[in-house]
Amino acid sequence: MSIKRSFLGVPIHLGTLLVAFFLLGGMNAYAVNPDVSDSEDAIQAGQALFNANCKTCHKLDQRYTGPALRGVTERRELDWAVNFIINSQLLIQSGDPTANALYKEYNNIVMPSHEFLSKDDVMNLLSYIEYGDKAEAATTDAAATGEGAAAGGGGGIPTEYLTIILVVLVFVLLLILVVLGLIVSVLTKYLNNSDKLDEDDKAFINQKGDVKKLLTSDGFIVIVTTIVLALVVKTAIDGIYGVGIQQGYAPSQPIAYSHQLHAGQYEIECQYCHTGVEIGKSANIPSANICMNCHMHIQNVGGQEGISPEIAKLYDAYDNNKPIEWVRVHNLPDLAYFNHSQHVVVGGIECQTCHGPIEEMEVVYQHSALTMGWCIDCHRNTEVNAQGNEYYDKLVLLHADSKDALKVKDIGGLECAKCHY
Amino acid sequence: MKDNKKTYWKGLEQLTNDPEFVKHADKEFAENLPLHKSNEDGSASRRDFLKMMGFSLAAASLAACEAPVRKAIPYVTKPVDVDPSIPNYYASTYVSGGDYASVVVKTREGRPIKIEGNTLSPITQGGTSAIVESSVLSLYDKHRVPGPKVNGEQVTWDVLDSDLSSKLRSAGSIKIVTNTILSPSTEKAIAAFAEAMGDVEVITYDPISSYGITKASETYYGVNVLPSYYFDKASVIVSFGADFLGTWISPIEFAKQYSKGRKISKENPNMSRHYQFESNLSLSGANADYRTPIKASQSGLAVLALYNLLAKKAGAGTVNAAAIEIPHLEKAANELWANQGASLVVSGSNDPNVQVVIHAINDLLKNSGNTLSLARSAHFRKGDDSRMNNFVADMAAGRVGAVIFHKCNPVYDFAKGAELAESMSKVKVAVSTSESMNETSALVQYQAPDHHYLESWNDFNPKVGEYSLSQPTISPLFNTRQAEESMLKWAGIATSYYDFVRENWRTSFFTAEEEGGDFQQFWDECLHNGVYHVTVEELGEPSALGDISSAASAIGSTYKTDNAGTELVVYAKVGIGSGTHANNPWLQEMPDPISKATWDNYLTVSQQWATDNGIKMFEGATNIVNLTANGKTVAVPVLIQPGQAYGTVGLALGYGRTVAGRVADGVGVNAYAFLDSSKGFINYDITEGVTVELTGETYRIAQTQTHQTYMQRDFVLQEATLEEYKENPSAGRYNPKIYKEGEFVKPAKLSLWAGHKYSQHHWGLAIDLNSCTGCSACTVACRAENNVAIVGREEVLNRREMDWIRIDRYYSSPEGATSYKELEQSADNPEVVFQPMTCQHCNNAPCETVCPVVATTHSSEGLNQMTYNRCIGTRYCANNCPYKVRRFNWFKYHDNKAFAEVNVAQNDDLGKMVLNPDVTVRARGVMEKCSLCVQRIQAGKLTAKKEKRKLQDGDVNVACAVACPSEALVFGDLNDPNSRVSQILKIEENTSTPFKEVNEERAFHVLEEINVSPNIWYFTKIRNKDINEA
Repeated sequence: MSIKRSFLGVPIHLGTLLVAFFLLGGMNAYAVNPDVSDSEDAIQAGQALFNANCKTCHKLDQRYTGPALRGVTERRELDWAVNFIINSQLLIQSGDPTANALYKEYNNIVMPSHEFLSKDDVMNLLSYIEYGDKAEAATTDAAATGEGAAAGGGGGIPTEYLTIILVVLVFVLLLILVVLGLIVSVLTKYLNNSDKLDEDDKAFINQKGDVKKLLTSDGFIVIVTTIVLALVVKTAIDGIYGVGIQQGYAPSQPIAYSHQLHAGQYEIECQYCHTGVEIGKSANIPSANICMNCHMHIQNVGGQEGISPEIAKLYDAYDNNKPIEWVRVHNLPDLAYFNHSQHVVVGGIECQTCHGPIEEMEVVYQHSALTMGWCIDCHRNTEVNAQGNEYYDKLVLLHADSKDALKVKDIGGLECAKCHY
Repeated sequence: MKDNKKTYWKGLEQLTNDPEFVKHADKEFAENLPLHKSNEDGSASRRDFLKMMGFSLAAASLAACEAPVRKAIPYVTKPVDVDPSIPNYYASTYVSGGDYASVVVKTREGRPIKIEGNTLSPITQGGTSAIVESSVLSLYDKHRVPGPKVNGEQVTWDVLDSDLSSKLRSAGSIKIVTNTILSPSTEKAIAAFAEAMGDVEVITYDPISSYGITKASETYYGVNVLPSYYFDKASVIVSFGADFLGTWISPIEFAKQYSKGRKISKENPNMSRHYQFESNLSLSGANADYRTPIKASQSGLAVLALYNLLAKKAGAGTVNAAAIEIPHLEKAANELWANQGASLVVSGSNDPNVQVVIHAINDLLKNSGNTLSLARSAHFRKGDDSRMNNFVADMAAGRVGAVIFHKCNPVYDFAKGAELAESMSKVKVAVSTSESMNETSALVQYQAPDHHYLESWNDFNPKVGEYSLSQPTISPLFNTRQAEESMLKWAGIATSYYDFVRENWRTSFFTAEEEGGDFQQFWDECLHNGVYHVTVEELGEPSALGDISSAASAIGSTYKTDNAGTELVVYAKVGIGSGTHANNPWLQEMPDPISKATWDNYLTVSQQWATDNGIKMFEGATNIVNLTANGKTVAVPVLIQPGQAYGTVGLALGYGRTVAGRVADGVGVNAYAFLDSSKGFINYDITEGVTVELTGETYRIAQTQTHQTYMQRDFVLQEATLEEYKENPSAGRYNPKIYKEGEFVKPAKLSLWAGHKYSQHHWGLAIDLNSCTGCSACTVACRAENNVAIVGREEVLNRREMDWIRIDRYYSSPEGATSYKELEQSADNPEVVFQPMTCQHCNNAPCETVCPVVATTHSSEGLNQMTYNRCIGTRYCANNCPYKVRRFNWFKYHDNKAFAEVNVAQNDDLGKMVLNPDVTVRARGVMEKCSLCVQRIQAGKLTAKKEKRKLQDGDVNVACAVACPSEALVFGDLNDPNSRVSQILKIEENTSTPFKEVNEERAFHVLEEINVSPNIWYFTKIRNKDINEA
């Protein structure tokens, strides 16, 4: 009879529905703390502050050196968030469990204190964090979910509406499910009451274990298998691409040397210590005798009495002729040749372009991915610093006809043997 | 234009068309998978690989969680001149016995990693040899003596010094045995030692002796000196068995000079003519225009015959000599006579009588003062065979109280070494100052190890008026002490040898030269330059004492026109030399330039001898024979050597070491034992009592000669005679034409490829086949520069040698040979061509098009790039390479126990210090090949960029070209009209196109017809032969 076939279809639809439900589960809207203003002014003021102080380590909707920030006022108490922003170390040292957990999760990277910010500044910052740049959130969400293309199909619809539409859709689908269930039960009742059916049909109508059948049906198995496989493959590929990438790597060093203090506060030139950066391949970790040029006289931080325990370690190394075993932060594989002087002297690249806001780092972390893709991207986009360098004269001349600027890629910057030999 | 109709062949297999050879000829890889290699180091088989693949995926993601912590450890106090990643160069001097080369040492982070020639030296002029290039690896030899030892027990220097000083003083007669000492300061230190000790005698010998020459100088001129030779000034060179390009006295210097006389161009189409009369085919013989194989027993008579021919022309009295018919001898005499004062006759014989006649011949030709000089004599060989013989007798008789073996190893490398070893127990005190363990130091009570030369201070006086310094380039790696300092210490003089040398220079040179100047400045300048020239007043050449009649009669009684017995001619190989440095795997694996054999010595026999005895040789498979001479018998494999004089056999010195270390021990047999010292000099030609018996046992010699064939493509080599060249500069050139739409066009006109554009640089290399002597210094230099792995004998047998540059040695037979039979007969004395072959960096590279993963690509500077980290090892590229220059890493050669014995530079911590940190050590399963030293190109470009200037010619040079003592390789930018390579190739327009129109008639591409358009050009080989004899 025809009923048999039509019933087979139901579990498949149910399965699809369930999947859709799972996928959309993560997209729920959150509740922003009502004290955070959503006024344009506040958001703008917050954006300026964010760009100046937070941007190098944080993104709104993406985990970066620090966590993704949007939704912080929902996740945490407002006071906690404000305190953390103003001086996270204080909070951590006070033994706050959340703060400590976060600190640990992000490799013990110290977030610089922002005691110069007023409470209003922080509230503005939070306004930007919660309400700013929604478009950025939409694109990153779409990218993150991948298959979310269906959901994000209406490219022009703002995200908040999209979420509402989706919630409504889910609700409607659930409603249909309930209605269908009701219809099924009504029909079953009706058919049971009818006496025109033979035994076989009755048995079919009254059969139990629909769930079991559903779980063992071909369609269900195919769908579940596909999803599981897809997830495994994606995780594996992501994992493999991530092998060896140590972005954000910030190991603790034998001496708690602060770039923020030396390069940031005292504005010591990078080249003063990293002597190789303009002459050779290695930038060089400074030898202890370079440290001693200043620390012969400077024995403690900020004019405090006595010898700082960290500086004492330096004296110990220097006096006992024991080299300091710094932990390498930036590691390139042996198969890649990189020369600092080519980039710094010839290319005129700032240290920060690759190393990030080193002058703000309490503990140095790896700012850039240092992947080949990252190198190549830069070689594609960077113009050759040919001005006043006779070496490039011929190349500039030959490139004169082109309307694009002379990029590194135009002079062989993408060739294998530029870095691999 | 006449096509070249010569038939070239690489080995006898090819000549005789051996079926086994034919089978392998078209195969790039001799063996199929699987590899059947035992997994001693627990590495995985291919099947295990698949099993493990699943696991490794999981492991990889796990590993990603925790990256290994790497340390960056700076200096505590950084030395001012040492910057990590920046190389420093120090001028120094390589000296081993009397072998001399002025060098520049490249160090990185305080480790010497490469030796290059010092262009400021008037003697070696920037040239190096394979032995000099490889000496940097010997520094890091794990088997050097780690510190002072008494009776094999390691002690402190204080213990050794106090023990030894008193023992030496009470020992009575002290003998110091040494190889030639070139150092004036060392001589002074020994003199100081002698003064303190009293009865001290210095006995000098050389493993490869030139006593015959110095003795003859004494007899003929009254001065006991070794002349300086000037091959560049000689238009006609006649050599009787002297391998002056390979091993004789000062081969780097001679190769430099010789190549000057062999470079020709349209403007200067003159070259020297070189006659060689010899028994074994030597490197010099291979380069000669006319080579005549003669028996060793005839060599003295040949020299006498030449004297008589010349004396007749000069109207001087001839001497009584047995008549002997030697091809080309009369022709040589005529030309010598026509080039009086611009000719040179040399002999490799150590027989003083023969050398007296050689002196007389040069005297007749007025060469003295022109092409050779006794006034500006050389000091390379001061060995006195007769005194050394007396010393051995004194030792045996127990007349010696104490003996100091000063950096020498006579138990191994002196003819009577065995006798010496036996009598070692009769001496009260025996001391060795050798830096490494050897057969002599194993028998002495006291070992006071010297520094390696790269750790030492010293000065040298290689020739009259020429001085050079050596300076340490690294702190001593072991607890060693400079031998001279030890001597001074034992003599009770407490000074460092550095101060001693400095003081010597202050008193000897400084005051004389720079009145009132600053000594430190003078010293620094000398150290910087590495060499120092003292102007000596013009000395007259000594005049001849005249009489050669006694020498002639002595020759007449010892040499025979017709010796029936087999004769053994002991020779030195270019790579191994005397065997002092045999424990260096770079030398062991360097194919001998002539035989192309590695890791072995063997008895070279003539083709006819082999036919007589039914021996056939293919792919190195041969028979073992029992060689008996001088009452001793050894079993040794035979190698059929075209050009070997019939009736003679050759055996190389330097093998059969027993206490040299893991590399050399047990490789080959020791030929020193056969040398005859019964006539008062060491005779390297054993003409009596030699027998060779077949044993029936078989053996395989690891020869590389037939590996990597060209699949019978012709015109790999192009050559002409000088006369043809003078008529037509493009003589010998093969100009292939391809048919296209009704006409024949150059292959370059037909291309599938769109072509590249080289906007800035276009790197190219020009190789002059006329200058290349085949010495193979470039191959070792390349190995050092590019971290090329050593694979060992077994793997060479499997055709898996890794050289990036090889020297192909081709024999050729005269044109018109119509059958293999005729070719075989001509094989008795073939012509030889050497062709350095490396990646040709094709503009239409066949390898690039077949790589499935784009691991080999073309650069915008004309380089064919090889990217190891992208290579997956399909080996398609090697299969498609027409030049067969790509090398596959069949195994992991680094950090692998299976190769630790041979590939020492990549396996132990000490050996690894020699690696070039700018070049990747390749992993298993990837292809590698010549990169045209891209690391040097990049470094040169960077220097120019940093100085904001254009790259100039000479800013970049490749390791092979730098090493070449004959300047056969010229590297440079083909886009730069001022570069030397552009100029010698006569490139008309230096445009950015890859296809340059080259106007030099001699320049050709190997396999031009396939139009892969290489960036490596070759210049035709020109032989200075008369046209009718070519």
